[in-house]
Amino acid sequence: MMTSPDTAPVMKTLSIRVIGLGGAGVTLVGKFHAEAPDGVRCAVIHTNSRVLDHSPCAERVLLGAKLLRGLGAGGDPDLGRAVAEDSADQLKSLCSDTDLVLIVAGLGGGTATGVAPVLARIAKDAGALVLAVVAVPFDFEGQRQRQAQAGLRKLRGAADAVLCLHNQKVCQLWNEDTRALEIFNSANELWVQGVQGVLNILTRRGFIHVDFADLAAVLRGRNSESCFATVEAAGENRGRDLIEKALAHPVLDRGHALTEADALLVTLMGGPDMTIGEVNRVMDALRRQPEDAQFIMGASISEEFAGRLSLTVVAAKHAVQDVDQPNDKNSPGGGRPGDPQIETQFLQSPEPESLSASRFVPPPPELTESKKSELFARQGGRGGKMRKAGSRWRQGQLPLEIISKGRFEKSQPTIHHGEDLDVPTYIRRGIKLN
Amino acid sequence: MFNSSPIIVGLELGTSKVCAVVGQLSDGGVLNIIGLGQSRSRAIRKGEIVNASDVAEDIRNAIVEAEQMADVEIRSVYLGVTGGHIRGFNNRGFHSVVSADREIAPEDVHDVIKNAKAINLSAENRVVHVVRQHFSVDGQNGIADPVGMFGARLEVDVHVVHGQFTRLQNPIRAVKGVQIDVENIVFTGLASSLALLSNEQKELGALVIDIGGGTTEFIVYSAGTIKHTGVLAIGGDHISNDLGYGLKVPLPMAEKLKIEHGSAVVDDSDKGIAIQLPCETGLPDRTIQVGHLRRIMSLRVEEILELVNEEIEGTGLREYMRAGAFLCGGGARISQIDKVASRILGMPASIGRTNSMSGLKSALDQPEFSTAIGLVKFGSFEQQKHLHRTGPLHALKSRFSQFFRVG
Repeated sequence: MMTSPDTAPVMKTLSIRVIGLGGAGVTLVGKFHAEAPDGVRCAVIHTNSRVLDHSPCAERVLLGAKLLRGLGAGGDPDLGRAVAEDSADQLKSLCSDTDLVLIVAGLGGGTATGVAPVLARIAKDAGALVLAVVAVPFDFEGQRQRQAQAGLRKLRGAADAVLCLHNQKVCQLWNEDTRALEIFNSANELWVQGVQGVLNILTRRGFIHVDFADLAAVLRGRNSESCFATVEAAGENRGRDLIEKALAHPVLDRGHALTEADALLVTLMGGPDMTIGEVNRVMDALRRQPEDAQFIMGASISEEFAGRLSLTVVAAKHAVQDVDQPNDKNSPGGGRPGDPQIETQFLQSPEPESLSASRFVPPPPELTESKKSELFARQGGRGGKMRKAGSRWRQGQLPLEIISKGRFEKSQPTIHHGEDLDVPTYIRRGIKLN
Repeated sequence: MFNSSPIIVGLELGTSKVCAVVGQLSDGGVLNIIGLGQSRSRAIRKGEIVNASDVAEDIRNAIVEAEQMADVEIRSVYLGVTGGHIRGFNNRGFHSVVSADREIAPEDVHDVIKNAKAINLSAENRVVHVVRQHFSVDGQNGIADPVGMFGARLEVDVHVVHGQFTRLQNPIRAVKGVQIDVENIVFTGLASSLALLSNEQKELGALVIDIGGGTTEFIVYSAGTIKHTGVLAIGGDHISNDLGYGLKVPLPMAEKLKIEHGSAVVDDSDKGIAIQLPCETGLPDRTIQVGHLRRIMSLRVEEILELVNEEIEGTGLREYMRAGAFLCGGGARISQIDKVASRILGMPASIGRTNSMSGLKSALDQPEFSTAIGLVKFGSFEQQKHLHRTGPLHALKSRFSQFFRVG
């Protein structure tokens, strides 16, 4: 439904804090800092004073000045985590009076990998929602790649939602001769666009509105395979151009990410001249995933976007649960899901006041017992003490019905339009015999 | 090679049976089927060999049976080839007539067909057939024979059937392995259409669908020439396999149920009818619902026909097939398949009958043998050319064009 600007109800502006962590985070927030929308405050954190000095961002925090003497964490995430725990008060003050903390970090190094999970936890304790937008290093970065994966798992356990950009995807765009700097630059570029797009989703009021709850719904429990991208187009054929650009976007795997995603959040932004035909065309083209996939769309109008369209896509695929298990069984509330203690504590723990303002809590759908415990396990506790209680144990299941191809088991399969025709027709079409 | 001999043998290595048909060309040029030999095929899946030594034995059995029945010695055969790797497409060749008076000579026809044959096929592919469709002289279309006409620019449309070289070699190797020569290889879909269609039907336009054990071939005629060919690697075996899986019976039993109780449509009257399965192991007898059997079967049959329909839709030739569709192969025996086919294809469909031939009535009337009979017919066209005309040009013409127009 469309509401004209002057009749719109007055809304509480969301106070957002963008925190750049580590080398890549500082660089990125530095770039992004100048164009930050209203209500968004930026800060940078690093263990290396030289990097911090070069940042244009006003609010800088040097961690572990005593321990590391401002020389960096030397690529050791444990060191990063230790100094972060050490300066918890400093981090806490950074996150106070904020609705949403957006952590921007390039995982793999010492500072970002070590500090990000701690920062996420502290921010959550301070009553903010935490969205982490992180980049995972290129495959050739070896050791850093492994550290990054470990850090990512920890971060997923701590943050409300994690958006992850795989640098490796950018590589597809280039050939052998491309200069290395260009790749890093274009990775940064995509990242900045994505962060801006996500911020736009969260800050702008749309006539089809999308907010943090929607974003979190798309990302929760799926984030290991999430990706995000923002594209823009202007001119006469902007609707068509926009779709083409989106489908050619390296981060979306040239459209594969869309067809494979089982949760998709799409927001379209345009000027007052945006037509309903354009909205329709763009949304139609992007709705390629299977019927049962979650599809959330938003659209908003802004004067700034006059004459052009901007599309932000957040796609997530259900992956195997890839979150660090809490290993500390003695910690309060530690245990497996289904453990009655967790459920009761979760049910009894009141929602912190500060959170409820921006979050829409839908009525609970009817769930089976097993689904319930799975959801509880996934959400974890809201309060500080419950952080570690959110155990993510879940029984993996293999698809039990393996369809035998009988006498064609060993022959070359007959594939037609992606369908294996050797499998009985009635099974492929899902026809029940009884 | 024994070109002078009037004995022509067609050998089909099918997924369900290996079948040899012996034909004799009388002095008047009439083809007479005098022998038929077949053996159950054990080592062919989807039209392609999976165990060469088993296939050699099956070939030997079929040939021996045919030899005994026809009382001849078989030394060479026309071999049917098929498989999912075989494709057909249309191509056009150009040639400028260089002679001073611009009269088109047979050499020009030779050259233009050679040009049309020069197709960009990938290295592993080989041409099986190049079938002439029509010539056009200086933009005038639809010319059947341009020799003697005047013109500067000669063009020809051809239909090219090609397949993967290595996979085409396997059946040839198997036949040569039992000391039998291969005169020529023929795409089985083409052979079936030769056996079934009369010249009038080819002119009217017709579709031939050969539903075999492992593959389904289809071939489209319009205005007397081949316009489209294709192979789907699905067939009767898939129906049996579906039944075996769905009804939880072993494959031979599924095969038997398919033949005895199968149908391409599900009637309301099928509901509640049960079949008692005999059980050798002493366990209690099982019953199977005919409704289930026919439901599984009809879905697969419909799917095969829908896939053919999809292919035809792409060619835009549906309106030109006025003679309708002709079904052959073992799949044509499925009860009521003609009704399903005419519904799905949107044209009259019937079971094809082998025509314009005399001889063994038992062989001619059965749709399973149309491919092997068609192979004999193909051979007879080739041999007639050799008998009546000699010289390289005639041999060439016979090779590329006329075999299917005479029939």
